[in-house]
Amino acid sequence: MRGLQKKIAGHLLGLIATILIGGFLSASLVRLAPGFEVDERELDPHLSAQSLQALRDSRRQDENIFHFYLHYLSQAARGDFGKSVALGQPVRTLLRDRAPLTMRLIAIGLTLSWSLTVTFALSAAWLRLSIYDTATTMLSGVFLCIPAAVLALLSVLWNVPGSLAIALIVFPGTYRYTRNLSLKAYAQPHILAARAKGLSEARILFWHVVPVVAPQLLAVAGVSVSMAIGATIPVEALCGFAGIGQLAWQAAMARDLPLLVNITVLVTLVTLLANSGADVIGSVIRGQEA
Amino acid sequence: MSLWQKLACAALVLVVLASFAANWLAPAGYAHQYREATDAPPSRTHWLGTDELGRDRFARVLYGTRISLLLAPAAALLSTLLAALIGGIAGYLGGAWKRAAMAVTDLFLSLPWLFLLITARALLPLNVSPLVSVMVTFLLLGLLGWTSAARVLCASAALLRGSDFVRQARAAGINGRRLFWMHVLPNLKPVLFAQFWISIPVFILSEANLGILGLGVAEPMPSWGSLLKELEGLVSVGEEPWKFVPLILLVIVVTSFQILLSRQQEVAA
Repeated sequence: MRGLQKKIAGHLLGLIATILIGGFLSASLVRLAPGFEVDERELDPHLSAQSLQALRDSRRQDENIFHFYLHYLSQAARGDFGKSVALGQPVRTLLRDRAPLTMRLIAIGLTLSWSLTVTFALSAAWLRLSIYDTATTMLSGVFLCIPAAVLALLSVLWNVPGSLAIALIVFPGTYRYTRNLSLKAYAQPHILAARAKGLSEARILFWHVVPVVAPQLLAVAGVSVSMAIGATIPVEALCGFAGIGQLAWQAAMARDLPLLVNITVLVTLVTLLANSGADVIGSVIRGQEA
Repeated sequence: MSLWQKLACAALVLVVLASFAANWLAPAGYAHQYREATDAPPSRTHWLGTDELGRDRFARVLYGTRISLLLAPAAALLSTLLAALIGGIAGYLGGAWKRAAMAVTDLFLSLPWLFLLITARALLPLNVSPLVSVMVTFLLLGLLGWTSAARVLCASAALLRGSDFVRQARAAGINGRRLFWMHVLPNLKPVLFAQFWISIPVFILSEANLGILGLGVAEPMPSWGSLLKELEGLVSVGEEPWKFVPLILLVIVVTSFQILLSRQQEVAA
């Protein structure tokens, strides 16, 4: 129990450090990007000389990169993530409005992908038919060789849901690991002994195979969240879904750096949380087994 | 070599030869416009038809293949060298160096690959000449793609650091720099080669993704990414099947690499 608490504390510290360092790097990029010093408000003819001077003085404080970052952090702590240059809206509003669609796409995509992965991988290991194994490996290989953006375009052409495209983008990565893990688990001597003793295949699967592969599968599941987030960019951009993936693409095309920084921090946070969560749950399972 | 590997090798050689013979197979070039035949279907003069600007699609596919197949290995070489330097040295030195290098690697790896690519590409100018856009795209792939290879190389170098021959060399008084360049690095060669070959299909696919999203190679220079962008305008799959030729070619090449790499992946693991 103490070890688990230590592990969670370690993950939290690592997460905070990564977010702070990542945020600092992103904020530095914004600060150093061409055009940062330009303020459109200075073009307003109604402003007096004193107002213009006040604007310049306030900006001068941001010339120091550390001051700029602290200012950014203090604003972010209050929930003010700045304003999108290209869309002219607060970043917080944009992220809040678009997050539900992306989360739904990722959730359905991951569910579909893992359903395909578990079905094919476990059946390949269970059946031990080389033709079936070759066929499923080739199927995942085909999807591995098609660019994610093409799968997104094909989903539009065939009028299939975008979440299916996400599932097919994630599937090859998760399938290869799960198949190898399942094959390794089924080749263990205790499985052979269980079969020899006449245990049913279902009992072998749920009592002797799943507990062995579960911690590693959880680690793959954590990585698959990152893969799914990456897949949302082409899927949302090319299928016309107004989610965070499309927002990231629009921000990149318009060089909307404040928006891009905040999306980067958000994506880093979600990815790290998924990986840390998978690691902690995996440790709990391993602890129970021990 | 298995039959599949022989077939994959033959397919790769054929595609590479065809792309390098582009000057003879399609002498008009990739940018020449046939204004009287825009968006034309395949014919004797234009084997794969023409695009909406009247450029011969067959020529563009050949030249695009040449660019992708030349620059993806170049980017893979750059990323492998960076991985060897960062991962290899960190693994060899160990301690704080290793922890610092792996923290940077983790920071990079915590972001999805495509997201990292488009973010980094967005920070660089988009309105540049076609040649510069080609360089920027593949340089970016090389500069950002070293992280996972660095992890593997760091682990391999750390293993070598504790090996008997390195300890013996240290005891014999060989200095650290010489030990790394003359004894550790040559022993990392199999892993370096494996990482290099593994990176090539990854970079080909990444360039294709960037190109389709409009962040890759700029017009009129063709690449697999920019050629696949044409698929965006299709209404149905069976409408103009010849537009799928770049995709089929890309799948053949990447599949061939995957088949040939099955052995390399074992080494890398």
